[in-house]
Amino acid sequence: MLAEWGQVLLAQAIAVAALQVFFGLAGAQRGRVAWMVTARRAALAQGAVLATAFAVLIALFLRSDFSVALVAQNSSTLTPWFYQVTAAWGNHEGSMLMWAVALAGWSAAVAWRSQALTEAMRARVVGVLGLVSFGFLLFLTLTSNPFSRLVPAPEQGRDLNPLLQDPGMIIHPPLLYMGYVGTAVTFAFAIAALLSGRMDAAWSRWARPWALTAWLFLTLGIMVGSWWAYYELGWGGWWFWDPVENASFIPWLVMTAFIHSIIVTEKRGAFRAWTVLLAIAAFSLSLLGTFLVRSGVITSVHAFASDPSRGLFILGLLAVTVGVSLALFAWRAPMLAGGGAFGWFSREATLLVNNVLMSAAALAVLLGTVYPLLMDALGLGKLSVGEPYFVAVFVPLMTPAVFFMAISPFLRWKQDDWRRLSKRLVLDFVVTASAALALLAAADHVTLRAWLGLWLTLWVTWGSARLLWERLQNRAEGQSISERLSRIPGSWWGMWLAHLGVGVFIMGATLLGAFEARLDVKMAPGQVAELASYRFRFQGVEEKPGPNYTAMRGTIVVTTADGKPVAVLHPEKRNYHFSAMPMTEAAIDTTWRRDIYVSLGDPVNENEWVVMLFYKPMVLFLWLGPLLMAVGGAVAALDRRYRRQRAHLAVPAGAVGVRV
Amino acid sequence: MSPRQKRLSLILLGLALLASAVALVLSAFRDNLVFFVTPSEIAQGKAQAGRYFRVGGLVEAGSIQRGPDGITVTFRITDTAHALPVVYRGALPDLFGENQGAVAEGVLRPDGVFEAKKVLAKHDETYMPPEASHAVDQAQRAAQSLKE
Repeated sequence: MLAEWGQVLLAQAIAVAALQVFFGLAGAQRGRVAWMVTARRAALAQGAVLATAFAVLIALFLRSDFSVALVAQNSSTLTPWFYQVTAAWGNHEGSMLMWAVALAGWSAAVAWRSQALTEAMRARVVGVLGLVSFGFLLFLTLTSNPFSRLVPAPEQGRDLNPLLQDPGMIIHPPLLYMGYVGTAVTFAFAIAALLSGRMDAAWSRWARPWALTAWLFLTLGIMVGSWWAYYELGWGGWWFWDPVENASFIPWLVMTAFIHSIIVTEKRGAFRAWTVLLAIAAFSLSLLGTFLVRSGVITSVHAFASDPSRGLFILGLLAVTVGVSLALFAWRAPMLAGGGAFGWFSREATLLVNNVLMSAAALAVLLGTVYPLLMDALGLGKLSVGEPYFVAVFVPLMTPAVFFMAISPFLRWKQDDWRRLSKRLVLDFVVTASAALALLAAADHVTLRAWLGLWLTLWVTWGSARLLWERLQNRAEGQSISERLSRIPGSWWGMWLAHLGVGVFIMGATLLGAFEARLDVKMAPGQVAELASYRFRFQGVEEKPGPNYTAMRGTIVVTTADGKPVAVLHPEKRNYHFSAMPMTEAAIDTTWRRDIYVSLGDPVNENEWVVMLFYKPMVLFLWLGPLLMAVGGAVAALDRRYRRQRAHLAVPAGAVGVRV
Repeated sequence: MSPRQKRLSLILLGLALLASAVALVLSAFRDNLVFFVTPSEIAQGKAQAGRYFRVGGLVEAGSIQRGPDGITVTFRITDTAHALPVVYRGALPDLFGENQGAVAEGVLRPDGVFEAKKVLAKHDETYMPPEASHAVDQAQRAAQSLKE
C-alpha cells in the first residue's frame, strides 16, 4: 500500500504545483494579494508533500519491499541499512525524485523567507519555480515513476551498484542537486525581473545570497564527486573531463560568472541584462546537464538505464525553457539597459574580464562535451574529444582570470588610477614570478606548467595577504585589531576566502601534477618495491567476507627508505554477491603533505598480484581549495547586509532602480 | 577619451578577447578529436597508423595473455567479423574480461598491433559501452547483408 501512497503524493504535488503557478503568476499580474499569498502557501505545501513522498520511498527501501521495481533493482536484504537508504537516490527514478524534492525545498524556502521583496515579486518567483516543478513532476510520473510495481515480486533484490556503496555517494548527489536546483531559484528571479520589468538594487541584493548558496552547493557537489572518483575508481585521478563531470562543471562556471556580474548590478546598476542572461544560461545548462547524465547518451556510472523517452522529455523541457525565456529576454531586456559608465582600469572592467573568460570557458567545455553527441546523433561518425583539448583550452583561459581575480579587489569602482597601483603590481609580479622559478629550480623541476601554477598560487596568496593587511590599515585610529576585523562585512570575507581557496586549489593541482609518481608492478608476498623514497612491502592477499560481498584483501606495509614505519594499507578487490561485479577498493594513507595510494590490480597467478602504487603530493589541497570557496560562499551569503534589508526595505524599493 | 570612445574601446577589447578565445578553442579542438574506428574498418585499412583513436568491440575469448612482467597484457578486440591485436601496459578495469565489451584508446603500430594507452570497460554488468556494441552491430549488419 505504501507505494500507492507515494503515487498519490506525487499526483498531489502536481496539482499543488499547478495552483502555485496559477495563483503566483496570475495573482502578481492582477495584483490580487490573496492569490499571491495562496501561491506561497502552495509552495510550502508542495515542499511538505514531496518530502513525504521521498520519505515513503526511503521507507520502501528500508523495508526491502521488492514488489516495487526500483527497490528490487537497487537494493537487497543484505545491503547495509545506510546503503539501503542511499539506494533510494542511487538510481535514475529516485534521484529525479530527489531533484524534485530539492526544488520544492528551495521554493518553500523562498516562499517562507522573502519578506524583503514586494508581494508581487515574491509571487512571480514562486510562480516560476512552480512552473519548473510542474514540468519536472510530469517528467517524473510519466517517464520515471519511482513507485512502479514489479509483478511478480522477486524474493531478493539485485543490490545497489557497488560503485555507489560508498560514503561519498551518500552526500554527492544531494549536494549537487541542491546546486543544480538552486540555479532554478536565480532563474526564477531573473524571469520575475523580466516579467515585471523591474530590476533594482534590492532585486540584486536579494538574489545574491540565493545565487551564492546555489553556487556553494555546486562547488561542494563537484568537489565530493571528484574526491569520490579519486578514491573509489582506483585509478588515482581526480578529474577526467568526463562528460558527466563537465555536465556539472559548465553550470558552475556560469554561476561563477553570475555571482560576479550581480555584484556590478548591485553596486553600480550596470550589466543588468547580462546578469539576467547568465541566470537563464545557468539554469538551462543545469537542465542540459541533467539531460546528458540521465538520458543514457553518455556511458558512466550515472547512466543507469537508457530510455529514449526520458531524454526526449528533458530535451523538450529544455527547449521550452530556453525558447520561452530567451523570447522574454529579447522582448524585455532593452528595458534593463543602463547603468554607470566605467573606465579601462576599474573594478567593473576586471569583473567584465572575469565574466568574458568564465563564459568562454563554459562554452569551450560545452563544445567539447556536446560535439561528439551531436555528431553521433546526426550520424556523422563516432568520435570523442580528448582530455588534452580541455587542458589546452582551460589553462590559457583561466590564467588571466586568476591573474585579474587577485587584482580586482584592490581597484576602485568606476575609474582607478593606474599610477596608483602600477609600481607595486609590477614589483609583486616580479617577486612572485621569480620566487616560483627559484622554488622549482630548487626542486629540480622547471616546466612551464609547473611554473605557471606556482606563480599563480603565489600571486593569489600574496595578493590575499596584502588585501587583508590593507583592509586593516584603512581603519580609523584607536581601534583594536579584533574590532577592525569584526567591522569587515561578510561579503568581503566571503570574497577573500573564496579567492584564497582558488590559490590553494591551484597549488594542490600544480604540485600534484608536477611531483606525483606511479608504479604498476607485479608483486609476490614478501617482495619490496620502491617509489618516491618510500618502500612498499607486499604481504600477500587473503579472503575476507563483507556484508554483501567477499573481498580479497591485500596487505602492504609502507616504510620510509631507512625503514621507519609509515602505514599498513589494505587495498581490496571485492566481489559483490548479487551483481557478481568485481570492485577495486583502494587504500590510502593521507597526511597534509601527501597521499600514499595503493590499489590491487589483477591476480597474475595464485600468489602474485599486479599492484598499483601511487605517491600523490598535496592532494589534500585539492579538496581544501573548493572547501574554502564554499565556506566563502556561505559567509558571503550570510552577510548581515542581506538580512538587515528586511527592515529598511519597508521603504519601497526602486528609488535606485528602473521602473518600466 | 570621451565616454563614448571609452565604451567603444572596451567593446573592441572584449571582442578581441573573445576572438582570441575562439581561435584558441578551435585550434585545440581540431588537434584533439579522437575518432572511433571498428576492427573491421582497421582491417580494411581505413585507420591511419600513428594517429590516436578509439577502437571498440568484444574481448575475444581465450585471447587475454599476460607478459612475463605481469603488467603488459595482450588481447584481441573483435567485432565478430575481424579481430585486432591490442597490447596494453597497466592495470585493467574491474569489468574487463573475455566476451565483454571494451573500448581501447591509443595508436596503431606499423606492425598492425594496437598500442592502447587507455582501456575502458563497462560500468556494471548489464551495461555495454555504446561504442563497443556499435562496432559489433555494424559488423553483424555487414555480415547479414553479405549473406543476403
